[in-house]
Amino acid sequence: MNPTASTATHSLSVALVGNPNTGKTSVFNSLTGLHQKVGNYPGVTVEKKTGLFTDGDTTVNIIDLPGLYSLLPKSLDDKIACDILTDSQALETAVDLIVLVADASNLNRNLYLLTQILDIGKPVILALNMMDMAVKNGLSVDVACLEAALGIPVVPLVAKKEKGIDDLKRAITVLAGQPALNHSHHIDVPEAFTQSLKPLCDYLTEHTDYTQSYCRSLTLRLVSSDDALKYYARDWQQRVDVQQVKQHVHHIRKELEEKEINWHMAEARLRYQWIDRILKSCVSRTGELKAGIGAHLDKILTHPVAGPVIFVTIFAGIFQTIFAFAEIPMGWIESGMNMIGVWAASHIAPGLLQSLIVDGVIAGVGSVLVFLPQILFLFFFLGILEDTGYMARVAFMMDRVMRGAGLSGRSVIPLLSSFACAIPGIMSTRTIHDWKERLITILIAPFMSCSARLPVYILIIGAFIPTGTVMGIISYSALTMLTLYLLGILAAALSAILFKKWIKMPGGKSSFVMELPPYRRPSIKWTMLQMYERARIFVSDAGRIILAITIVLWFLASFPRTEQISPSQGTPIEQSYAGQFGKLIEPLIKPLGFDWKIGIGLITSFAAREVMVSTLATIYNLEDADETAVDLRAALIKDTDPRTGLPTYTLWSALALLVYYVLAMQCMATVAIVRRETNSWRWPLLMIVYMTSLAYLASFAVYQVGTYLWG
Amino acid sequence: MKTLNDLKPGEKATICGFADRDADMAYLMELGMMEGTTVTFVKSAPLGDPIEIDVRGYHLSLRRSRARAIQVAG
Repeated sequence: MNPTASTATHSLSVALVGNPNTGKTSVFNSLTGLHQKVGNYPGVTVEKKTGLFTDGDTTVNIIDLPGLYSLLPKSLDDKIACDILTDSQALETAVDLIVLVADASNLNRNLYLLTQILDIGKPVILALNMMDMAVKNGLSVDVACLEAALGIPVVPLVAKKEKGIDDLKRAITVLAGQPALNHSHHIDVPEAFTQSLKPLCDYLTEHTDYTQSYCRSLTLRLVSSDDALKYYARDWQQRVDVQQVKQHVHHIRKELEEKEINWHMAEARLRYQWIDRILKSCVSRTGELKAGIGAHLDKILTHPVAGPVIFVTIFAGIFQTIFAFAEIPMGWIESGMNMIGVWAASHIAPGLLQSLIVDGVIAGVGSVLVFLPQILFLFFFLGILEDTGYMARVAFMMDRVMRGAGLSGRSVIPLLSSFACAIPGIMSTRTIHDWKERLITILIAPFMSCSARLPVYILIIGAFIPTGTVMGIISYSALTMLTLYLLGILAAALSAILFKKWIKMPGGKSSFVMELPPYRRPSIKWTMLQMYERARIFVSDAGRIILAITIVLWFLASFPRTEQISPSQGTPIEQSYAGQFGKLIEPLIKPLGFDWKIGIGLITSFAAREVMVSTLATIYNLEDADETAVDLRAALIKDTDPRTGLPTYTLWSALALLVYYVLAMQCMATVAIVRRETNSWRWPLLMIVYMTSLAYLASFAVYQVGTYLWG
Repeated sequence: MKTLNDLKPGEKATICGFADRDADMAYLMELGMMEGTTVTFVKSAPLGDPIEIDVRGYHLSLRRSRARAIQVAG
């Protein structure tokens, strides 16, 4: 990936950790620049992200871990980060050094995680991000004082402005070269307390490979909370007898109660005591904390009346903007693909190969590529909203509404992300604490109209919804589009209520505790970087999956060749393998108003919904003897049944198709991700059956009722 | 006993006890809410629930049902 990587002789592995909303992602971006790798479908920091930078002959590999408040994990996301930090393998080898990113304007809570991490015994650097915000808030942070109190290097940063990044890089390479140091104490445990903890501490030291300081820390955590035992026992294997640890914990708690010491969450009490003490000497207030723009903005954005109105307006505005602005670059891509098609047609002799390239590859891939601008716009706006802290307010405002369906405000962000794509949406459910709540969110996420449905919506609406406006304000097309989105939301809400009753499992106690970060100016630069990443993934998908399907489809739609068939039995494509298959399933979908061509599209759509468009493009291009690319919209309208002479598609069959696309489960990638996230085939299978039956019934109703009443 | 749920916007109080010991309470304590911590009630959500509080210089939101289990004084 990085050309200099191969020449480097050392390599270092650094874990980047920190509380959510500390600008950890900006630090990661500034450190690694474009040298980063994300999974195929990155959420914000949900997927394990890795990147690197080089310094002389040292390659520094950085793992960006999900945001975390403590080493007592609450959600799956927390677990992923905790696992990397605390499992015995990581303690020994996997991570050489830990960089903890903290918000300098909110050090108190940020240091809680730091004191826990120091006990692990790895070299740690404290990266004090957002120093400018601290100053703005009237705080003076004494870096030297913190270094002395914590016994670790402290690097002040403003990651968004890339200030201090070089210092951080230097601190990483310098610290890595030094022998491991013994961290000074950073917790005040009273002597009487320490005495009581000793038996379990000794037991752990003897039966694990952990350092003494980590054993002490772990003992305190196990005594403080029952949840700690459940989590930490995973790593002990046979060497530690869990029953014995439980007995130890029981005895220690009893002893502490006799000494009148409160053991419940004693770890939190003791650590915060220490933090409060050192911050008193290292952070001073030099100016007044002014109610900034954020506070005024918040009054409006979460206002009982204005808040919800603004929320709806913002999202309506985003979708409107996408339609209005994306048309321009879409036009460029369209004409670009046409030019390529014409050029290819003039350079390749007419025949099979020309047909494959022009009608198959260029028409197919081009028809999907055209939607790249819209998808990028959507990701751009969602990224910006997330960056400003507005998404957390949406969760705050919506919690009460979500509760009715057994969900919480935490489900809102995954569901909103699903409007871009269900895959990052489903992955971001990892921040939901309760398993049942998470499962329900996963199951309803695909009802949110994702960007892959947009191409289909736009094509069908453009072809069949009459032009004109309602009272001169909103066009019929925009209104139809809005209705489709609302239909998806309605289906999701009703399904959530249904699943809440259906699915019986322990837990199911929904809760909502969430930080509301300060409003911040979004970073256009890094949002653009993320968009670039999305574009790359989308194009390479178009290049692979869609290309492959297009070629297979071209073959199936082109053979058997015309010479082998009789013209009396219909057009060549009708008699091709694809046509025969479409005809085979036609009786099944006829009641929905779909013909065999749509049938082929429904099948190929399972690779990705937008493939419907390239499928139709390939079919109509093959059907058309002309060498220039056909206008798909016009072709759909013109299409007539050769036997009756009536149009193949009516307004009602078009609406039925749209409803089918809102509700049906047609995405292989989503099925795969649900399988991975729920660790079972049970839920993805339920999802396919449930969604597709619902889609069939709803489309049936729309077509039959519509045709009967107004047909 | 006065609880966090009883505070009005802008009102400040000191936590003096917890009526529950469940996972939510443990989580709140790890986020810095414990006996002796000062909290300020900021506002409630448009539908009255959840609420927003200021604790240790940052803002946190929790449901009223949980706030009812946090005893405050002052």
